[in-house]
Amino acid sequence: MSLRIVVTVKYVPDATGDRHFADDLTVDRDDVDGLLSELDEYAVEQALQISENADDDVEITVLTVGPEDAKDALRKALSMGADKAIHVEDDDLHGTDVIGTSLVLAKAIEKAGYDLVISGMASTDGTAGVIPALLAERLGVPQVTLLSEVSVEDGAVKGRRDGDAASEQLEASLPAVVSVTDQSGEARYPSFKGIMAAKKKPVQSWDLSDLDIEAEEVGLEGSWTAVDSAAARPARTAGTIVKDEGEGGKQLAEFLASQKFV
Amino acid sequence: MAEVLVYVDHVDGAVRKPTLELLTLARRIGEPVALALGPGAENTAAALAEHGAVKVLTHDASEYADYLVVPKVDALQAAVESVSPAAVLVPSSAEGKEIAARLALRIGSGVITDATDLEAGDEGPVATQSVFAASFTTKTRVSKGTPVITVKPNSAAVEAAPAAGVVEALAVTFSAQATGTRVTGRTPRESTGRPELTEAAIVVSGGRGVNGAENFGLIEALADSLGAAVGASRAAVDAGWYPHTNQVGQTGKSVSPQLYIANGISGAIQHRAGMQTSKTIVAVNKDAEAPIFDLVDYGVVGDLFDVVPQLTEEINARKG
Repeated sequence: MSLRIVVTVKYVPDATGDRHFADDLTVDRDDVDGLLSELDEYAVEQALQISENADDDVEITVLTVGPEDAKDALRKALSMGADKAIHVEDDDLHGTDVIGTSLVLAKAIEKAGYDLVISGMASTDGTAGVIPALLAERLGVPQVTLLSEVSVEDGAVKGRRDGDAASEQLEASLPAVVSVTDQSGEARYPSFKGIMAAKKKPVQSWDLSDLDIEAEEVGLEGSWTAVDSAAARPARTAGTIVKDEGEGGKQLAEFLASQKFV
Repeated sequence: MAEVLVYVDHVDGAVRKPTLELLTLARRIGEPVALALGPGAENTAAALAEHGAVKVLTHDASEYADYLVVPKVDALQAAVESVSPAAVLVPSSAEGKEIAARLALRIGSGVITDATDLEAGDEGPVATQSVFAASFTTKTRVSKGTPVITVKPNSAAVEAAPAAGVVEALAVTFSAQATGTRVTGRTPRESTGRPELTEAAIVVSGGRGVNGAENFGLIEALADSLGAAVGASRAAVDAGWYPHTNQVGQTGKSVSPQLYIANGISGAIQHRAGMQTSKTIVAVNKDAEAPIFDLVDYGVVGDLFDVVPQLTEEINARKG
């Protein structure tokens, strides 16, 4: 028996850079550096840990949908220890929304073959956090999402989901879609050996025709949502800043009272 | 008038505040019809009617508690088929977003998550979103199908508007996927007695500067003097000083209270992503150069171990 894990990852604009919109109201990727979404590193890490704890053979494929540069995100995941990568790249994908992205990912996952899909809890740019649930819906398999702890045993995936009201133990049979939070365990740094090995690992490139997807189903045209406007948030007017010279707490209380909070 | 379906978040019949906010927003685009599931669903009717629900659809089954997410999607889909609404509104919790997305895909509709405001537009409801760590505000529409929109807590002031609130039992047939993910155990979180973080009007947070779990008592005491929720930065959570469920920021909760008080928090972009839309922002930090001071309405450059206890004492004195 072997276990095929597909980890979905995203190449995102660096949050510490100057993120803004292009003229067509899509994210401007030219003016800001990209990187593997930090939250997806946790997904790669859990795939590696499942592999390390398994008696069977485990094959880990990292999958991304994105522009040419998105290969950088795949290389990072490969240097952490994933076995191979798939890059879905097509000019017609520009401006695709979450529904369209889930279509492309689901078709690619089915083409690649899988027993388990692992995703991060959300991307660090769009932050919607709905792709794992959409993948489960499209693939017709259980979703075991937002896990802070995950394990695979005897054809089933188990995990713990820490919600606001309760902490829940979850279980589902494979195949399944899992997403993990940043509480699932610190992601490893790629070793020098890992970085060198990654250069030799296979990266497959697929376009829309490889996945039997029509251009009209994706991109800005195929999106089921439309952005009408995007405006920079007005800069806050400079606030009052005082230095504590013994009365800082009282001064702050006075401010809060003046604003009717006390 | 078009009907707008509102998914109800309740605990044994007690409706949570974000749902009442949804009813207020729903009235801008149509007549609210509410869907309440699980134990106590019928008991939500009075509160929902008081806030504008013309009809309350209810259904209870053990599947809602025993299996993850999908049974609720099945019920919401049944409600959409029965009501044919102009839009579907769902609270923007982690689960709410998953339910909304799956529903949208099933009914061939676009989905918008984490709206912070909603208004009627010529081509259907227009949602406001706050993106890129709240540095941009976008206006977005659903362009295909019935708009499915999740709305963040504190996006509208709750307004009462009495309506009929007629209770009607909804017929639900569960899908083959409904029982796919079993909930095998559940440990309820112990209540602190403080307001829920994402819903609170005031949030008092502590960061790296709090310097230890034992010192979070200072933050809690300030929070209690104001009837506030307690938040923590990622640095404080990663250090194990406070639970992850209280984390404010990109990988934690995003909050939008009337007042946010940041103590010993430098204000890294990841933290700002979770609190920048707060109405009034106050910070206490030793480092005058901390980026948090760029956001504040009022800031105190000083040692939080001096400032916070004095502030708490002063607030308690003023209240007394």
